This record gives sequence, structure tokens and C-alpha cells, in this order.
Amino acid sequence: MRVNMKGIIAFGAIAAVSALTLSGCAGSTGDESTTGTGADKAGGTLTVWVDAERVDALKGAADAYKEKTGVKVDIVGKNVDDVKDDFIQQVPTGKGPDVVMGAHDWLGELSTNGVVAPLELGDSAGDYLDVALQAATYDGKVYMLPYAVENIAVLRNADIIPAAPADFDDMIAKGKAAGLDQPFVVEQGAEGNPYHLYPFQTAFGAPVFGTDAAAGYDATDLQLGSEGGTAFATWLGAQGEAGVFNTDIDGDIAKQQFLDGKAAFWLTGPWNVGTAVDAGIDVAIDPVPSPTDKAASPFAGVKGFFVSSESKNKVAANDFLVNYIGTEDVQLDLFKAGNILPALKAAADTAASDPIIAGFQAVGADAVPMPAIPAMGSVWQFWGIAEAAVINGADPAATWSKLAADVAGAIK
Amino acid sequence: MTELTTTEPTPPPTRRQRQAAQIAEAASQKIGWMLFKIALLAIVDAVALYGAFVLFAHREWLVLGLVIGVTVIVNWIYFSRKRIPGKYLAPGIIFLIVFQVFTLLYTGYIGFTNYGTGHNGSKDQAVSALMASAQERVEDSPTYPVSVVEQAGALGLLVTDPDGDVSVGTNEQPLQKVSGAEMDGGRAVAVDGWTSLTFPQVLARSSEIEALSVPYSDDPNDGAIRTPDGQSGYRYISNLQYDADAATMTDTRSGVVYRDIGTGAFTADDGTELLPGWQIAVGFDNFVRAFTDGSIRGPLISVTLWTFAFALISVVSTFFLGLLLALVFNNTRMRFRNGYRILLILPYAFPAFLSALVWAGMMNESFGFINQVLFGGASIPWLTDPLLAKVSVLIVNLWLGFPYMFLVCMGALQGIPEEVNEAGVMDGANPWQIFRQIKLPLLLVTVAPLLISSFAFNFNNFNLIYMLTAGGPRFGDVSIPVGHTDILISMVYKVAFTGQTRDYGLASAFTIIIFIVVAAISIISFRKTKALEELS
Repeated sequence: MRVNMKGIIAFGAIAAVSALTLSGCAGSTGDESTTGTGADKAGGTLTVWVDAERVDALKGAADAYKEKTGVKVDIVGKNVDDVKDDFIQQVPTGKGPDVVMGAHDWLGELSTNGVVAPLELGDSAGDYLDVALQAATYDGKVYMLPYAVENIAVLRNADIIPAAPADFDDMIAKGKAAGLDQPFVVEQGAEGNPYHLYPFQTAFGAPVFGTDAAAGYDATDLQLGSEGGTAFATWLGAQGEAGVFNTDIDGDIAKQQFLDGKAAFWLTGPWNVGTAVDAGIDVAIDPVPSPTDKAASPFAGVKGFFVSSESKNKVAANDFLVNYIGTEDVQLDLFKAGNILPALKAAADTAASDPIIAGFQAVGADAVPMPAIPAMGSVWQFWGIAEAAVINGADPAATWSKLAADVAGAIK
Repeated sequence: MTELTTTEPTPPPTRRQRQAAQIAEAASQKIGWMLFKIALLAIVDAVALYGAFVLFAHREWLVLGLVIGVTVIVNWIYFSRKRIPGKYLAPGIIFLIVFQVFTLLYTGYIGFTNYGTGHNGSKDQAVSALMASAQERVEDSPTYPVSVVEQAGALGLLVTDPDGDVSVGTNEQPLQKVSGAEMDGGRAVAVDGWTSLTFPQVLARSSEIEALSVPYSDDPNDGAIRTPDGQSGYRYISNLQYDADAATMTDTRSGVVYRDIGTGAFTADDGTELLPGWQIAVGFDNFVRAFTDGSIRGPLISVTLWTFAFALISVVSTFFLGLLLALVFNNTRMRFRNGYRILLILPYAFPAFLSALVWAGMMNESFGFINQVLFGGASIPWLTDPLLAKVSVLIVNLWLGFPYMFLVCMGALQGIPEEVNEAGVMDGANPWQIFRQIKLPLLLVTVAPLLISSFAFNFNNFNLIYMLTAGGPRFGDVSIPVGHTDILISMVYKVAFTGQTRDYGLASAFTIIIFIVVAAISIISFRKTKALEELS
């Protein structure tokens, strides 16, 4: 009977198409079941989350590790903005990665959430730059294997200004003498950018927090509102009035002014050097010119690798990080991918053969790590807005003391 | 001759007659569409089967059951000849449940817990994280080359002192000297009575090796030897002691006892908490805090008022601009209609993200296009003055929203019959009266649901506010970073995610409250617009 035939034909057609589609997927299903995410089989897998640009840089280390120990290192490229939150949310489920790449100022949040395990550098601790080791330590314990140290410095257009300036006023004078209206640009924004203005603040003797005996930041010692801070605020107000700092200038506008030759000095980080060099400008790296007689110490951001506290392969993770990523070859591979000063002393010296990197390294010798303690979050909330207000003409002393009061209130 | 033709009542069709009718009806359908339907269903079934295999391999029983259930229902609906409403509604309802209902229920669940920074995982995870970070190297202790060994099922460490002495111990047995150990360089690798583990075996038993803590001697103050990488060992002493029965953590240096008092973290008597803590259910705490927290009570009223104003003005302005343009276009005497239509749809075609960023750049006070070019170098603070920032936000939202209303009104106007217009003209009404008393009410019947949903969308239009002004010029005297152009949802974002702390529980509670408000407004509005349906 035709009805039954039609039903059979229809069913058969579906079965055939499904089978064909499934056989296409069968290959990948097979793959999935053998790799898996855990290490319950001999050999196991180490899952490493890495910034998308640095995936290739780690392939060498991953292959070498697999050859020596049989452990497969699965490198997963992640989007920089999502990594931290994804990591914190996924670790408690037991399905997170074993190792994650990140920045040292995450340590406060990671440690409060209990998602990172301490790392033992052992004897190799002395092989790293001091600032890198300091940044990798939180609450007296090392949690991170550093691979790069990043800090800002002044990019100078050596075509317009051949010699480095002596201090801040000298820099502005040299720029004006060369006929520029806005000789110095730094990225700001409507809500301020305290990260970039920090070297000037330290030059007035007002770091955010004081350091305790173990060289860690002390959340109870807020030095933001000290006399040095008020002096800094007054200076900032005067410079804002003179037009040296402008909250309408954001990162793109500052870059365009430097590339067009309208500005000869640009306070920015290694991430922008490539654009300037590609535009044909003869770039020289100068230390941040200080407005006082003290050195201007910028923030140092140290990047490194963390081990997840719920990782089932902590032994392999420790071994991979300390004995493979902590070697000169891998640190130089990562340097090639990101162009930021390596954290291992030997690799840093090799990389400093490039005068631009050597320039950043010289500035970095004075740099201080960004505070990673949770109290720092309260500082960021109010700091930028206060600086922007001062630049735009608010009373410096009053605004700065209000800032200190707000931050102190928020920390409690 | 008249013939009486009586029509006899036809007997009910027999089963065979019914089947014949069905065949005839089925045969009249095109075979092409039938094959297309089979192909689509085959793809859906294939994907579902693949998913089922993967879920089975990962032992996710709940999701597996759901996937199979949904696939069976979809097949059942689409294979039957009836159930026409089901065929139209099925995909929409499935996506509604997955993307809206489930999200809503999960957010509600989180709102009743204290999930957030410091309360990230379970109690066991918090305890193990605390114990791991409490290990401190004993001062001036060296690095000991170690090998992992095993005896009678218990793991132990074969430790080589810097002086060359070799000892072995387990978790229960402190280090004891042994002699006759096989050396490899400076490290002892094997000893009689114990089997040495190869490196791959060490890696395979990683969790046991992490738990391996060999006491250095009988004195607990000498610490214990642990190996993080299977090759080198270090002496650690723990700062914390965990008493599982009493649920306390004791700080061995200061003697402070931290108890589990039910707040999701170990707390000392003076209130200091030991973080990380863990997730617990806190009942209505978050909802109460949403209304009574000191820091948000200040700006809450002004932000709520601005949110309602923003949503209302956006809907009204976009609707009337769209309607005006649609009326103009409805006139058949207009030329180049297609060209103008394309130009007017362009704002709708750009992603809203991109448009908001471009507008933010154009409205820059010193360097923006609007100030430099249109106003010839003026310095109008579009985004930094409180009132102007609100106006700017409304202008940009008008630009983004009017094409949608334009399209909708064009379609709705086509649906109004011409006779209505003619009847009005014959009755002596002028164009404004025709519009206001005839066209507009008829239009509103069709368009009202869209207006309500546009209101609901703009009430939560986080993207625009965040991309354009990031909340706008900050309130001067408030302790949270809320600004003049912040709407409720962006204020919630700032309150819950300030600095490094993320309070998902509080944010979820706020979200549920906003949902209830918007849902109530929508339901009431829908009820009222039913009254408009009386007109047609």
C-alpha cells in the first residue's frame, strides 16, 4: 500500500542522511574521546590558556615537554579580555585549565577566590629580574612564573629632538623651541588615566601604598593623600591649565599626534613602539623626565603563568613552568611574539641588544610593580576621576584630600 | 414533470474511503518540499545524535535527557499532519526556554546565594586552597633532591641531604636515614625495600604526590618535606591547622581560631575573615541589600527617574520621527523613494556598538567632528556636561532607533485601507484630524506591542550608555562610580562589579528586581492595548 511505502521511504531517507552526517562527525568524536580534559590516562594532558598572539611562541616548549615526559601540552588561545573572569568562574567546576597566562595584578583577586596554587621556584628564583620576582610574590608566597616585564617610558621623535631632555620643564621647553604647540602627549580620557601619570606622582614622593617589611604593599598604609600627593595635585593642576595635559586626548588621538609629528614626546608603553617605527619615525626611548629632583618611577606590569588550584596535574604544571618556560630559549620565544622585556635575567640581557628594549629596561630598573592587593581596586575607582577633575581646573588640594578620604572609606 | 429529488444523508465515510482521501491529499503536495523537510529534520536529528554521543561520553545525564527529549518532541511535531500552531511555534519556544527562561531561573538562583569574589567555590575547595597557601618554607632550608618511592602501597620520599646523607619517609613515618642507596649524580634514586617511580608514573599519580608531606623529624616544628615537581623537595611548615570536626582553622603563629559561622568564610571572633570562602545560600539577603545598601540609596532615585525618562523619550521620539517619515513616503507623488529609503535604513544596518563609538568620537569636546566642523571650533561639552550628556544620549538613540520605527510604520500604514481616508475627506475632516482620529488609533493597534517591547529594550539599553558615556559625568558626592547618564542596569553593573570585587549574588538580585519592574509595566501595557483592539 502506498502509504506504508511512503513512510518507509521517508524513514529510510532520514536514516541515510543522518548516517552520512554522523560518519562525517565520527572522526572528530573519536578524537574527542581520546584527548579529554583530565589526566586519568597514562601520559595525560596539560591544558594551558594563552593569549591568542602567543600561542605559536609556546609550541616549541610544548613539543619539547611532550618528548621528554610524554605529557601532551594543549595550548588554548583565549581572548585577553575574557581570560581572568573565565578562569575564576571555571576553576571551581573542575573543568578549568591547569595553567593560565595572565598579569601579576590579578593575584589579589585570584588569591581571594582561592583559584591559584603556590609555585615553588626553588633555586631558580634568583635568575629572574628583581621587579619580576617581587611582582610574582603575593602575601609572601610565589604564585606566578614571570615571563615579561612591561613598563611605560617616553618615546622621543629623534628627528625633531635629537637630544634627551634633562627634566620635565626642559622637555616642554625643547618641544616649544622646535615650534610644536603640544610637544608632549600622554593618553588620558574623560575619567583620567592614573596609570600613565603615576611616574609623576612618585616623583613627588606619593606612592599609592607603603611597602611593608616583606616588600609587599601594605593596605593599611595609604600614602596617596600625603603631602607629596597634594604637591603632585597642585603641579598637575598647573600643567592642566597650561594645556600640557588634556582629558580629551585618548590613546588614538595621542598616537595620531605623535605619528603626524605634532608631538615629539609620547608617554606610552612597548605596545605602541611598533606603530611608531613602522611610520618611519626615528624613535628613541627616554626615561620619564621628572618634575622634581627625585626619579619618576612608572608602574611595572609583570606577565606570567599561574597554576590552577584545582588542577589534577600540579606536578606536571610545576615542572613545565619552572623547568621549561623558565629557560632562556622559551623566554626569548615569548619575547619575539610580544616584544616585551623578558623576565629571566639572561633572556633580558640578550633581548636588550635592541636599543629600544634596552631603553625600556633602563626605565624598568626604577619601575615599581602595580599593587595587586584587593584594596587597590578601591583606589582605581576614584583615582582617575580626581586627576581628571584637577586637570580640568578643580581645586587641587580639596580634590586630592577628598580622593584620599573616599579611598580610605572604600577600603574599610 | 417535477421530480422530488431527496438528498439522502450521506453515510459516514468508511475507513478505506478516509485513507483514500488522505492519499489523494498527500499526493497533491509537491515532492520537493517533502524532501526539503526531510533534509532539515535529518540535519537536526544528526546534530542531536552527535551531541548525545558526546554527552554520554562526558556523563552529563541531565543535558543528555533534555537533548533527547527535545529532539523527540521536534520530530513528533514536524512529522504529524496536524499541529500547525506547534510547527510555527516550536523553534521560537525552544529558543525562548533556552535563552530566556533558563537564564532567568539561573539568575534567580544565583540571587539567593552569595556567589562572588571570595565565595567562589565549595567549602572543600576553599579549605584545600587555604591549606596550600599556608605552606611556608622553613627559614634557611635548602633544596633537597628527592625521588618518589613506594612500599606496600604507600608513597614515600627518598631525600638526599646537601651533605650526602640519604633518608626515606612517608606521610606517617618521619625521615629515617638509610644506607646503600643507589646514587645518580647528587641524588639518591633507589634503595632496597622500596620501588622507585618513573617520571611518567609520578605524573600519573600527581594528586597523591601533592598530598605527600613527609615529616622532617618527630618535632612538628621542623616542618615537612614536600615536592612540587617530583624532583626537588623543600621543607615547609604550615601556618594553618584545619580541624574538620570542629570546622575551625587555627593560625599556628598567632593562635587565632577562625570558625565557620555560616557566612561562607572562616571568621575570627573579631570579625576578620579568612579568604577564600565558599558559596552558600543566603536567602533574601541580597534582595534586602539591593534596597537598603547605603551606597546606592543616594543615586537610586535619580537614576531610576532618568531610566524611565530615557526609555519613554527614546520610544516617543523614534516613533514619531519614524512615523513622520513613513507618512511622507506613503505619498505616491514622492520621487526617488528607493534612494531615500536606503539612506534612511543605513543607521539600522550599522552595528549599534560601532555607531555608539563613532558618535562618542564625534562628540569629543576638543577634537570631535561636531565641534570642529559643524560648529566651527566651538567647545561644547557634549559628553561631559550633565544635561548635555543626557541630550546627547537621546540624540544618538534617536539616530539608532528611528529606522526600525520607520520600517514598522510603513508596513502598518499599508494595512490601513484607503476607504477610511476617503470617508474622512467626505465628512469634511482636514488632514490633521484624519491623522489624529482615524489613522493614529488604527496604527497604534498594530504598533502598540512593538512600542512596548521597544520601551522594555531601552529600559535596559546598557550598550549605548556604556559605549557612549560610560555612565557619563560622575556624580560628585557619591561613593560609587555612578554618573548622570547611568541607567538602572549600568548602575547595577557598577555596584556589583566595582574594582576587583564581583558580587554576582547582588547583581542577580538587582537584575531580578529590574525584570519584575519591566515585566509589570509590559503586562499592564499589553492589557491596556487590548482596549485599543475594540476600535477595529
